[in-house]
Amino acid sequence: MTGAASTAVLIVILIFFFLGREALPFFKERGISDLIGTRWMPVSFQKELYGVIPLITGSLVVTVLATIIAIPFGVCGAVYVAEIARRGEKEFLKPFIELLAGIPSVVLGFFGLMVVAPLVKEIFGLGSGMTALTGALLLALMAIPTIMSISEDAITSVPESYKEASLALGASRLETIWKVTVPAARSGIVAAVMLGMGRVIGETMAVMMVTGNAAILTLSPFESVRTMTATIAAEMGEVAFGSVHYAALFCIGLILLAATFGLNVVAQRVLRRK
Amino acid sequence: MDRMRITLRGYAAVLTALFVFVSIGGFFGLTLAAERPKPVSIKGSDTMVQLVSSWAEAFMNKYPEADISVTGGGSGTGIAALLNGTTDICSASRDMKEKEIADARAKGIEPTRNVVARDGIAVIVNPANPISELTQEQIAKIYTGAYTNWTQLGGPDHKIIVLSRESSSVTYVFFQEHVLKLKDYTVEARLMPATSAIVQSVGADKWAIGYVGLGYAVESKGKVKMLAVKADADAPAVVPSEATVISGTYSIARGLYLYTKGTPEGQIKNFIDFCLSPEGQKIAVETGYVPVK
Repeated sequence: MTGAASTAVLIVILIFFFLGREALPFFKERGISDLIGTRWMPVSFQKELYGVIPLITGSLVVTVLATIIAIPFGVCGAVYVAEIARRGEKEFLKPFIELLAGIPSVVLGFFGLMVVAPLVKEIFGLGSGMTALTGALLLALMAIPTIMSISEDAITSVPESYKEASLALGASRLETIWKVTVPAARSGIVAAVMLGMGRVIGETMAVMMVTGNAAILTLSPFESVRTMTATIAAEMGEVAFGSVHYAALFCIGLILLAATFGLNVVAQRVLRRK
Repeated sequence: MDRMRITLRGYAAVLTALFVFVSIGGFFGLTLAAERPKPVSIKGSDTMVQLVSSWAEAFMNKYPEADISVTGGGSGTGIAALLNGTTDICSASRDMKEKEIADARAKGIEPTRNVVARDGIAVIVNPANPISELTQEQIAKIYTGAYTNWTQLGGPDHKIIVLSRESSSVTYVFFQEHVLKLKDYTVEARLMPATSAIVQSVGADKWAIGYVGLGYAVESKGKVKMLAVKADADAPAVVPSEATVISGTYSIARGLYLYTKGTPEGQIKNFIDFCLSPEGQKIAVETGYVPVK
């Protein structure tokens, strides 16, 4: 059983190792300075450029926006399901939240392309609906179930005695929820948000379909962005095995893995600190 | 103990079965090898790898005894391999250069050009866009980022939404070589994961411009408008169609060739005939190219 449990550790270490091994030729041939450039132009007759900064900002803009959109929905939803909803409502709501988590991202991406992108274009008066914001809206849909179900667990596990004490002191039900229960569950909620972010930063298909994938260095939600995941997915299929471009894609993979790994470590820390 | 014995017996049975299977296979393999036609190797254009592989696959499905191997490397590499005798057929997305032909003749080889398919790209805009023709140079300026507003092309004051295929696409590279004259695409170009996504966006966004394989553009007529293209400022504007691609008047197009040494014979001839057959040409259309006839 110890063996089975530690397989996961071994796999993570192996993935880091193999990604590193495939990425290494890039540092030998081009060096790290090429990687921190501001233009990603891997197919060129002039000079191939492998600057990953626009890809990192692309992922960052989409992830941060999606998190900002998802937090109010996720947390308020969790509070409602855990504290306010009656038993019947709870039994009705929870399967739907889980269903939302189970929608394949290609389907969500198609929905984004046909429905969300035109809406974003109309509402903000843009030339094209393929923007970071459109991607973030779809990703928020994916993060909400994660945030909601983990926050709900955290809120439910706040001891009954806290709430009873608060109510006994004359606080209303809403005051108890927002001033006692939610702060007591804070670490669980923060961890839920971080795990939601982890889901968002690694998501590929839906983002690739709606963000336009132009590697523009920008922090504006109304521009097209190219995320790290979309870059790997779009280019890995045709890249020549063992080329500089191939190694560069593995460098992106390493950055991405480090980012999700970091988020998860922080989330675990926060969860433990009760 | 009992279970172990069963497993051992099971292994023995599997091993025996495998042995029998392999020996029968080997026997038939040997007898077949004697009657097999010569293997054919095809090397050359990276653009054509997908198309030629599809042909080879279909050909080998039809004639299971055939053996055709396809590799890329570029048209130039393929031509060199043909002259060195390391490949039987060279796939090329361009004509052989004068020098290459001279080299071949010096070696006593008369290269034969077999046109097997054509490649044409239509530039598309929204039907509401008043612009209906552009020169190839204007298109290049849009795609390299020199022009960013439709006023620069005599249109209304709107930002140009530039749509391209992903850089892994064959069409991306052809467009870059042929229209952009090897320059880099603008960073503002949105790279779409599929041709259908380009058609969808151009249909939805009034001021977008995109490019797609001719076959696809013709299919989505009505949703998008194909631009007539002038090879240069003095040339006539030509609307892309199968006919104008075949006649050579439409400029964003090229022939795709299979070069052979002398007149093709035997299995090489069989393969080229297959590519040109209605079945082969149908595969070309499905892969996104224009048929020869």
